[in-house]
Amino acid sequence: MADIEINGKTIKARDGAMVIEAADEAGITIPRFCYHEKLSVAASCRMCLVEVEKAPKPLPACATPVTDGMKVWTNSPKALAAQKNVMEFLLINHPLDCPICDQGGECDLQDIAVGYGSDVSRFAEIKRVVKSKDIGPLIATDFTRCIHCTRCVRFGQEIAGIRELGATGRGEYMEIGTYVEKSVSSELSGNIIDLCPVGALTSKPFRFTARSWELTDSATVAPHDCVGSNLTLQSRRNKVMRSLPRSNEAINETWISDRDRFSYVGLNDKERLRTPMIKVEGEWREIDWNSALEQVSKGVRKLVDAHGADQLGALISPSATLEEMYLLQKLMRALGSANIDHRLRQGDFSDQDLLPPFPWLGQGIEELEKVDAALLIGSNVRKDQPIIGHRLRKAAVGGANIMFVNPVDFPFNFPVAEKLIGHPAQMVRMLAAIAKALLDITGEEAPEGLTPLLENIPVGDTELAIAGHLKAAESAAVLLGVLAHGSQQLSSLRALAVLIAKLSGARFGLLPEGSNSSGGWLAGAIPHRGPVGQKTPVTSLVNASAMFEHPLRGYLLVGVEPELDSSHPVAATKVLEEAGFVVSLTSFVSDTMKQYADVLLPISPFSETSGTFVNIEGHWQSFAGAVAPLGDSRPAWKVLRVLGNLFDLQGFEYTSSEQVRDELKASCGQVEPSAEVGWRCPSDLNTAAGSLYRLGEVPIYATDALVRRSGPLQETEDAVVAAVRINESVATSLGLIEGDIAQVTQGGGSVWLPVVIDERVADGCAVIPAALPETAELGAIYGPVDVSKN
Amino acid sequence: MTEKSLIDLLTVDSRTEIDRWISKYPADQKQSAVMAALRIVQDQNGGHLTTELMDAVAEYLQMDAIAVYEVATFYSMYEMKPVGRHKICVCTNISCMLCGSEKIVKHLQEKLGVGFGEVTPDGRFSLKEVECLGACVGAPMFQIGEHYYEHLTPEKVDKILDELE
Repeated sequence: MADIEINGKTIKARDGAMVIEAADEAGITIPRFCYHEKLSVAASCRMCLVEVEKAPKPLPACATPVTDGMKVWTNSPKALAAQKNVMEFLLINHPLDCPICDQGGECDLQDIAVGYGSDVSRFAEIKRVVKSKDIGPLIATDFTRCIHCTRCVRFGQEIAGIRELGATGRGEYMEIGTYVEKSVSSELSGNIIDLCPVGALTSKPFRFTARSWELTDSATVAPHDCVGSNLTLQSRRNKVMRSLPRSNEAINETWISDRDRFSYVGLNDKERLRTPMIKVEGEWREIDWNSALEQVSKGVRKLVDAHGADQLGALISPSATLEEMYLLQKLMRALGSANIDHRLRQGDFSDQDLLPPFPWLGQGIEELEKVDAALLIGSNVRKDQPIIGHRLRKAAVGGANIMFVNPVDFPFNFPVAEKLIGHPAQMVRMLAAIAKALLDITGEEAPEGLTPLLENIPVGDTELAIAGHLKAAESAAVLLGVLAHGSQQLSSLRALAVLIAKLSGARFGLLPEGSNSSGGWLAGAIPHRGPVGQKTPVTSLVNASAMFEHPLRGYLLVGVEPELDSSHPVAATKVLEEAGFVVSLTSFVSDTMKQYADVLLPISPFSETSGTFVNIEGHWQSFAGAVAPLGDSRPAWKVLRVLGNLFDLQGFEYTSSEQVRDELKASCGQVEPSAEVGWRCPSDLNTAAGSLYRLGEVPIYATDALVRRSGPLQETEDAVVAAVRINESVATSLGLIEGDIAQVTQGGGSVWLPVVIDERVADGCAVIPAALPETAELGAIYGPVDVSKN
Repeated sequence: MTEKSLIDLLTVDSRTEIDRWISKYPADQKQSAVMAALRIVQDQNGGHLTTELMDAVAEYLQMDAIAVYEVATFYSMYEMKPVGRHKICVCTNISCMLCGSEKIVKHLQEKLGVGFGEVTPDGRFSLKEVECLGACVGAPMFQIGEHYYEHLTPEKVDKILDELE
């Protein structure tokens, strides 16, 4: 520690800290544009010039390290004169058009100019003008306003990991841009809007719709991935106008993904359901809440009386709140059915009884950036959980060995130490080989039943290297991603992953879909266990997939569009259409849903309800609604509570969502998040040879109903168009070439999709994305598929 | 979908020459050769760079394309548009100006019928205004190719240009 003095105040500063950091910590404001605590120091704007004892000239506080006994003045006449002179230079070329600039009111330059600028400009020459560039549907540019702080450039290089923006030309002619016309493609790109200290980079969807001082801030939590990024929703006149990151060092730092930033646009989509509706003789009619709920309770009662409660199934989005999940399962179990699930796209349920009551990441999100090695299995972490991808990138850039076992060789924005690419069934063999290598290294005994299976498994150099890196690492993680969860080999992958973690001393963890899947397990939104892992008294245990394999007579859907969100879309739609009674509690309604539903109840999306998400590191994060529910829609926890009352069930007397949460929390007691998974030997490690296998990856902007309705996100390059992506050799064997329109047949459905040749896809596999309307007519999102020329 | 490699745009000779430059720097700092690489590629392409060629250099040196664009646009000796067979770089900086560079510029523009930054229709000459080339002792001066021509007069300019094919 160094003792320094700023403005006469004595401060203890960390050795090697810059003066600006010490000042920030002590609450002493130094004006700045180019300095940002999360980025490297550029020292290009010179706004932070301060006077330092014994230094002949003012020094930039952002690039001057503290030394013991240093004396600094941030507002002495010399410092102020320097700062004012810099300000005058900055304003030479900056247009003074604040009234028509979207940044007005939240502009660093505007704010600092009030303090340091002059009333009158002495600059009589012509100001420079820079043409604005189109860098995509999310970010608007106005580069005449740019002051060349290069924060956006450094963000791309240092945080996003793809340098797309740069400063071309020099001096007067320097411009920020992409040079060639292109969209920026980073999944974190929106953060440069926050970083830009002026109005050069602004939010395209938000632009010219509101002024910052008209907006009311509400703290909330992002509802799209298991990170639970902290958000501030800004609203005006009961409408969410914008979504911004809220700092939380342990979770999202100061960043959020574009998905969390721009999904809000979908909140008031034209497909929002505003009033309860009921289908009478094939005609949809608007109806009041009382009658609607009456109809629901009557319909359900009739069904239960006639066919038994086990003919009723409930599906809830993995991004629903904890309260919604808890109340839905409570309602279902009270009615006598345990057919409830939130694991909508999971491909294999056979090891569910081996999981702990509160499964998790196995570590804090923050710890991921400090790992020395990590093995990710079936994960496109960069797109599935961008913030986790960012943490792992930090580790990789710092020298950690980040490794993958994947069915697609996804492009990552960090160095990948080792990778094994193969068909999901081969992935099981690859993990077995890594486990075998670790058994050799450690000399430990193989768990029950595994030894004979390992006999024919060859251990290659890559498997050995992965095993070696994991074993050598002081801190290592083995993580099971979204693709692994979707595949039919989940239980085998998980068993071997857990074994690998155990043998190498790594921490095992999960990276599933949805913002509240840990909460789903805790709340009991799973068929085989009640809340907090309680044994469930009911015998009928139908999971999300079985619910459509063996049709039930009635379904309750909460925030789910099964035609897009289930693991078997075509079967789901068919079963729902044939079911006697389907109630959909939903924020959005599509034509497909109108086909199969009988009652539609409008519920609030995350912005209009209070609730809790439990993120993947086990954090309970509660939030209040930012705005009142749209139209007649109501928070789902209230709807479920009233339904409980209508069924005359005990224990549905809540008056707030907090009561629901606290009831669950109380029963959680000492239950800690855990990654302990019992061992059950995979039955078979042989590769299922034969037909083409579909990889139904869920594109980043198709994950849930809200994201799918965000116009700006749907215009990005990541909003993939449905296609069949296969590698050259698969294409040749099928007689297909790039650009062909191939017939894809699966599960009784058939669609025509363009062929894209992609060498990143494993042999024997075809990437045919799930969660897109174009593929909703197909069967199992992971499973055999038939692709043919005609 | 798989990105197409652009390295084939670099001739074998260019690659050999670039490799020679790469070998001057530590193995993990290939990008240090970017300026030399751009010059080599510019020569290969008859005096100017294209986006594809810059992308090829980026790929060859394993750099982000934008970082190559930054270097290429920063330095004035890289050309982003086609130039004539002979690029006449006329100094108009202080010493040359005091010694009559304006007269030389006027004569050149009238003789060639093009302004700064333009190419004659036959593609023989292009004209470029440059800052001090460090030959004040011989002002006014211009540079064509690798040669400096000093103490210029309109007559001398005519002679020099006539001798170039």
